[in-house]
Amino acid sequence: MIPKPLPTVLISLATLTLISGCGKKMTNVERGMSDRELYVGIGTEPAALDPQITTGLTEYSVMLAFFEGLTTLNAETMAIEPGVAKSWEISADGLRYTMYFDPEARWSNGDRVTPQDFIFSFERILTPLLGAPYAYMLYSIRGAEAFHKGQLKDFSQVGLHTPNGTTLIIELNAPTPYLLNLMTHNTWWPVHPPTILRNGKIFDRISQWTKPKEFVGNGPYQLNRWRLNNGIHGVRNPHYRKANEVKLNGIHFLPIEPQAEERAFRTNHLHLTSTVPVHRIDWYREHQPERIHFDTALGVYYYMLNTKRMPLNDLRVRKALAYSINREQITEHILKAGQKPAYHFTPPNTGGYTTTTRLPYDPELARKLLADAGFPDGKDFPKFELLYNTSESHRTLAVAIQQMWKTELNIEVELHNQEWKAYLSTREAGDFDILRAAWFGDYDDPNTFLSLGETENGNNHTNWGNPEYDTLIEKAAFTQGSKARKQLFQKAEDILIEEMPVIPIYFYVTSRLIHPSVKGWYPNILDIHPYQSVDLISN
Amino acid sequence: MLTFIARRLLQAIPTLWVVATATFILLRLAPGGPFDDEKPVAPEIKKQIETHYGLNHSLHIQYFQFFGNLLKGDLGPSYKYSGWEVQEIIAQTFPVSLELGIWAFLVSLIVGIPIGIIAAIRHNKPSETILMATAMVGICLPSFVIGPILLLLFSLQLEWFNPIGWNYPGDRVLPIMTLGLLYAAYIARLARGGMLDVLKHDYVRTARAKGLKESLVVYRHALRTALYPVVAYTGPAAAGLISGSFVVETIFFIPGLGPFFVNAALNRDYTMVMGTVLFYAILIILLNLMVDLIQMWMNPRTRHD
Amino acid sequence: MIKRRREDIVASVAARSLKRDAWERLTHNRMARIGGSLFICITLLCLIGPFLSSYTFDQQNLAYGAQGPSLKHWLGTDDLGRDLFIRILIGGRISIGVGFAATIVALLIGVTYGSLAGYKDGRTEAIMMRFVDAVYALPFTMIVIVLTVTFDKKSIFLIFMAIGLVEWLTMARIVCGQTRALRKNTYIEASLTAGASHLRILAKHILPNLLGPVIIYTTLTIPAVILLESVLSFLGLGVQPPMSSWGILINEGAQKIDIYPWLLIFPAMIFSLTLFSLNFIGDGLRDAFDPKENHSA
Repeated sequence: MIPKPLPTVLISLATLTLISGCGKKMTNVERGMSDRELYVGIGTEPAALDPQITTGLTEYSVMLAFFEGLTTLNAETMAIEPGVAKSWEISADGLRYTMYFDPEARWSNGDRVTPQDFIFSFERILTPLLGAPYAYMLYSIRGAEAFHKGQLKDFSQVGLHTPNGTTLIIELNAPTPYLLNLMTHNTWWPVHPPTILRNGKIFDRISQWTKPKEFVGNGPYQLNRWRLNNGIHGVRNPHYRKANEVKLNGIHFLPIEPQAEERAFRTNHLHLTSTVPVHRIDWYREHQPERIHFDTALGVYYYMLNTKRMPLNDLRVRKALAYSINREQITEHILKAGQKPAYHFTPPNTGGYTTTTRLPYDPELARKLLADAGFPDGKDFPKFELLYNTSESHRTLAVAIQQMWKTELNIEVELHNQEWKAYLSTREAGDFDILRAAWFGDYDDPNTFLSLGETENGNNHTNWGNPEYDTLIEKAAFTQGSKARKQLFQKAEDILIEEMPVIPIYFYVTSRLIHPSVKGWYPNILDIHPYQSVDLISN
Repeated sequence: MLTFIARRLLQAIPTLWVVATATFILLRLAPGGPFDDEKPVAPEIKKQIETHYGLNHSLHIQYFQFFGNLLKGDLGPSYKYSGWEVQEIIAQTFPVSLELGIWAFLVSLIVGIPIGIIAAIRHNKPSETILMATAMVGICLPSFVIGPILLLLFSLQLEWFNPIGWNYPGDRVLPIMTLGLLYAAYIARLARGGMLDVLKHDYVRTARAKGLKESLVVYRHALRTALYPVVAYTGPAAAGLISGSFVVETIFFIPGLGPFFVNAALNRDYTMVMGTVLFYAILIILLNLMVDLIQMWMNPRTRHD
Repeated sequence: MIKRRREDIVASVAARSLKRDAWERLTHNRMARIGGSLFICITLLCLIGPFLSSYTFDQQNLAYGAQGPSLKHWLGTDDLGRDLFIRILIGGRISIGVGFAATIVALLIGVTYGSLAGYKDGRTEAIMMRFVDAVYALPFTMIVIVLTVTFDKKSIFLIFMAIGLVEWLTMARIVCGQTRALRKNTYIEASLTAGASHLRILAKHILPNLLGPVIIYTTLTIPAVILLESVLSFLGLGVQPPMSSWGILINEGAQKIDIYPWLLIFPAMIFSLTLFSLNFIGDGLRDAFDPKENHSA
């Protein structure tokens, strides 16, 4: 007799299904409400939880729960507030900062956070052997750069000292108006010296100290569990200086890729997502507008042109390419999240600066320029290539622009994609005609964008350089009055758009899904969200 | 038999050496390094970072150091995930993939073999066409299609299962189905083909002519030979299944080993690539050995002397 | 050789009639006929269809965007407002082409390699099959990345190479196991002692008996190859937009299934139909060339 395994399997599957269906099952949002824990999607796994070696925003947003600097940012206004330092004094010449420590500031093991801890931490990040990519963030401290570059061997020569164990004195090279802002950056955060030294030497990069069983931090939460691709769990740090103001008992950071993240959110398994897949944006706008949130971000999406290559060495060709892109169509129909078309390079209102420069959208003029360059109606235009790193959004955009150039200028661009590391290597070698690129500001100042155009800038792969431009940017760095500075930047931006080594396309926004029960999560341009203010309230 | 196994295990050593060396070369040929990033790191800092990982040495020294550490059983630290050892990552994630893989493998056998055999017995009858059509659908729909469809139906519409995670028994169902049904379709087709071949053999015909009940014929004589191609296929299939699926583990947010195979390569995480590749190689070697043993048992004539 | 042995002539006549028989059996197999016609229809549609349509595969309408099937666009449009029907047909040219060519590469390497290894037995087999194990374990992603920078990335030859590199392995294993089993058959030992050459035995006794599993595994390889092509394009190898392929269309469609279901349904449908037809042809071929069927006929 032939057994009938198929029906048997189907029946047992059905039973299993019913059991799991009936044994229902709380959603994370429900569980979060009863346990008072937040479930946050972070998109990708953080590369590390050591604040001195990480560089990414994902890492920053997770570590913000576990560390705290001398100063902190107000969750709503982004104004400077006390952190480990309860108060501070700045000398009249702006060269000396005296930070008075909060006696309540504690590590998660109960130790007091001392000025010596900060001096140790600054020594660690500045030790050349550690290889901290962002060590330059501390260069305003006197002697820090020399120590980091190996010219100064004795760290006690660096402008840091503590007279009494509750005060930290920081001496600077030059007045640095944004120093209190810098102190909120992860490079300025403290690490726990005994924990570091128990797990290796001060300069050891490969260390177990960020594992839950070793980890000691000083933030509102402490690390409880960390499994790769599974999640990071933080629980309330009972020793935190304002522990009673922390509203939630725990946070789960889940590195889920965007599609799955959105599914998880839709079924109430996440409170917050890291982003929203483009094709879902319209759906949320229509059905759950209260759950989708957009913020402007400090970033520009652009195409880099290799100005050494034929025919892009001709300014008229570069302009023709730039003027024939219909940016409104792109932002409205492809990107959909309210991105702004970019007719200049620096995002509007960067550090209070908005340029008056505007490149036109003018296909007629573009065709004329192309004809002047010797390619009437795109005739005999040489083959050229547009390189982007693999991603559906980059591809969609490239395809749209490819078509715009074809219909407006009658020229054919070939598209080519590479995975991330190969793309970086090609970019570094300058082996491209046109290259998709993006830049996010490190700080809220036009300099972070416009310095990209400097001849010697490591991110300028266009082979374009202009001495006048370089002088303007250099001058702006030393100019004090904000109006005079803005004028310098304005002139630089004029040059950049006139000579067109880059074609700006749009300015970024961040999009995010937020469950209505989440309170105290405020939008801001830096996308920084301190967790102590976040609360869950059922409606 | 024992000498056969011992010989095969000895052969594994040069095989692994070839795999490791080829991977080492591939890694160094690939463009871009593990510490390249969107905002380029200053060259002197990059050099310091590379020193931590022994990349400052010349290639042949790196090569010998790697084998030295390997003999000590040390796969080294991951380049991408600072503070994590490659062994640690494999030890933490492999059990999850193994569990998922074993269940999926069982599903694929329990569903695939009977479908294939029934279809063969009902050759040229409508029921065969229906069964095989079903199997074909499974082959046409890869896991990146089946996964989202199952999620849409059972998780988003019916709300029977969680769309992400690996925490509750219910979380296992959809990923196991996604993986298992895909392989079941392949196995069904192979089993049917094998069975059809066997059913025409003289000894089966003789057995039939002797008037035994057909099912007995099928069982006693035919099944072993019929499943021969299926068994050959299961070696690599099982290795693929238990080492984790990139697609399924990403779609369902399962903390398995699968995503690391692809991501380690994309991140140029040299040690992690090497670790996963060697681990996979060992799985392949062991499973293929098992397959060969099973085939010998099924058909004593193929015994290696 | 000028003088052919009489035996060979007889054999070749027999072979010709066997081929004719096979062809007759194939064309008389109803399912194979249906499958064959369907496959020819799809291929012709892919080849000719795009010329007859008023749309082109890369013509966009951003404001129109992704819309479901309508009289204007039979199968709807994608998010750039491109006609899906034409894109499927254009993609079919790539996918059917790559699917066949790469499968043939895998088939030739796999069958030759596997049958030799299985036939030789002993040390040769061990070395050959351990080599297969080694290649199995190599990281495919790394290989493709290295291929893209070592060679001209646009060469279609690279696609075949990359795909062939992985797809012949399982074929080789299956064929090797099968050959080993056949090799030990008494009638082969007998013909060997009767003075038949190894090549003859491979060609006359082994290969015909391999046909069944080989054809089945080939029909399984084609879909795998077509889908693998979309993975390659992720790594920068393979078709570049605005060109498309079924693998890419299905991949994209799967991500948007709950909003724009037609972007998955239609490409998956024509993909499945093609595979169905190929399977019926494959089954027909198998039956037609079956040596056992032949004896009893």
